[in-house]
Amino acid sequence: MKRIALLGMPNTGKSTLFNRLSGASARVGNWPGITVDLMSAKVLVGGHIAELIDLPGLYDLHGFSDDEQVVRHFLSNNAVNLALIVLNSTQIDRQLSLALQIRSLGLPAVLVLNMQDEAKRAGITIDIVRMAEEINLPVLKLSAKYGDGYPALLKKSAEVIDQQAEKVSATHIAKRLEADNQIDAEMQAIIERSVQIPTTLNNEITDNIDKVLLHPWLGLPIFILAMLLLFQLIFSIGAPLQDAMAWLLGITRTNLLEPLLSPAPNWLNGLLLDGIYNGVSTVAAFVPIIVLFFLVMSMVEDSGYLSRAAFLMDAFMAKLGLDGRGFVMVLMGFGCNVPALMGTRVMRSKGMRLLTMLTIPLSLCSARLQIFIFLIAVLFEPNQAAWVMFSLYMMSLFTIFLTAILFQGRFKNNEPFILELPPYRFPTARQIWLRGWQEVKHFLSRASKFIIFGVVMVWLLTNFPSNVPVASEGTYAGLIGSFFAPMLDPIGIDTTLAIALIFGFVAKEIVIGSLAVIYGLQGDALVTQMATNLDWVQGMSFMLFCLIYTPCLSTIATLKNESKSSGFMWLSIVWSLALAWLISFVFYQGARALGL
Amino acid sequence: MSLLYNLKSGDFAIINGINTATAEQSLYQRLIALGFRVGKKIKVMRKASFNGPLHVRVGSTDIILRESEAKLIQITH
Repeated sequence: MKRIALLGMPNTGKSTLFNRLSGASARVGNWPGITVDLMSAKVLVGGHIAELIDLPGLYDLHGFSDDEQVVRHFLSNNAVNLALIVLNSTQIDRQLSLALQIRSLGLPAVLVLNMQDEAKRAGITIDIVRMAEEINLPVLKLSAKYGDGYPALLKKSAEVIDQQAEKVSATHIAKRLEADNQIDAEMQAIIERSVQIPTTLNNEITDNIDKVLLHPWLGLPIFILAMLLLFQLIFSIGAPLQDAMAWLLGITRTNLLEPLLSPAPNWLNGLLLDGIYNGVSTVAAFVPIIVLFFLVMSMVEDSGYLSRAAFLMDAFMAKLGLDGRGFVMVLMGFGCNVPALMGTRVMRSKGMRLLTMLTIPLSLCSARLQIFIFLIAVLFEPNQAAWVMFSLYMMSLFTIFLTAILFQGRFKNNEPFILELPPYRFPTARQIWLRGWQEVKHFLSRASKFIIFGVVMVWLLTNFPSNVPVASEGTYAGLIGSFFAPMLDPIGIDTTLAIALIFGFVAKEIVIGSLAVIYGLQGDALVTQMATNLDWVQGMSFMLFCLIYTPCLSTIATLKNESKSSGFMWLSIVWSLALAWLISFVFYQGARALGL
Repeated sequence: MSLLYNLKSGDFAIINGINTATAEQSLYQRLIALGFRVGKKIKVMRKASFNGPLHVRVGSTDIILRESEAKLIQITH
């Protein structure tokens, strides 16, 4: 029968793991070579029934305590097929040595990093792929308390057992149990290369900072000011970068792509350049701002400041039927609605969760932000731009609060509000860099799927039938636009904008991409052309509509999955459409009535 | 019986119990998990304006909770 030894340091949740794996079948038994009894159980791993033995917790395989001797004697007298090494993720920098000791014995092993939930809360990031390469053992994450990671653990254990022909001989192990001094230095090196531990400020400094940031009446104004300053920072760094990107993409087109594609047939030229390249590059120019945005947001999140925000905002949120955590999720929604929606899983009461999920899609996410940055540049002077953007964020918050107030009766809850306030932390430079890189990767993968699909569709619809001028009423796009005209005219949205709006349903980034395709221009030329076709009242009405109407397809899919109800998903869609139309209507008609 | 709710900013007290008659099981477990135990010292760090949450310290853990939860925690001095 296969034999698996369960090893680990004390207080790493090894017993919880053993109990989980063994169920009620654990027995106390006697083993050759040792004088104490050990718990063992028969467990099913892959296709095998294996004997799982719970060895005593130990700090050092070469230590002198009784427990450590027991483990050595056991391994020297009983052959095993697999050693499962359980360590505490939050103390990995001190515990990895045990894994290295087991590895140097030549025992087939799997490293289990337990207490993943706590590591996450402490801001510790472990790159298990890197660590597995460095340590030359499979590495798995586990949260024994919550049961996350068990299937993968059993699967990997079965794999490793299947890979060897027979057990490693016990006498062989006994020989290898000679002291090994290199372990410590090696551990240091591996930790350095694969674990990122943020600098945690001690309690005294945290308290002093909190005296200011959590001040009874200064706290909230400071928070708002801090958010404003961060936005200012993002834009002052990001805007020049964005201009540079747009310029670069522009000259790539004129100097490289146009000459390259000139021999190609007209329709292909049009599809590739006016369609795909224009559309995608208009969106791609925003990458610098989006990356900066996510970097700053994740730094604020990891630092612990958002928990303070929850504290400051809870009293107000409670009046809306939400709570302080809901506010934090709304803030996260300003980056992207999808993770914010998934974040609501921490809320136990369904009513609270649903109400929060109803409000999150109204957050001005980074994709919508791209639309606004672009259109504001078209329609407003630079000195007005900041105010217009500010007003859009205020409108976003207004719709969120309004939705909560209106629906709180429908989604009642009694959820207790208890949150831990961690000490302040700063992520390492490497963590910041990795986060930014993740965001770029997600963006690029979305771009290659949704956005390309979207802009190609827009190009097709605006260029066919081909005997009509591009993007005019005669094209398929124009026909669709005319169909919706009765609804969209009263809010000042013309047919070209209507097409962009329809595709914005798939992903908001497509809205600006499709404008580039429709006008057949990109960069500054597009901005200038649009400025002549659109006045600021129409533009503003369009932006208000874009802000509030249905979120992107990914968000809608997440809403459905997280709420497990199509009814709820439709409620969200219909409500946001109705609210969007209403607000745009009031604005547009009101502005025109005032003679603007 | 004094309640956590009655304490002011900067007050110390000893936790005496949690009103389990009113407190839900899940709330009780969460409080235990965060370190609220009978006999442990608790300090009120601050209270948010407008009847907002309390910021307390139990052991080395900082926790925020609403007045409605603070009404369920009994303390002595």
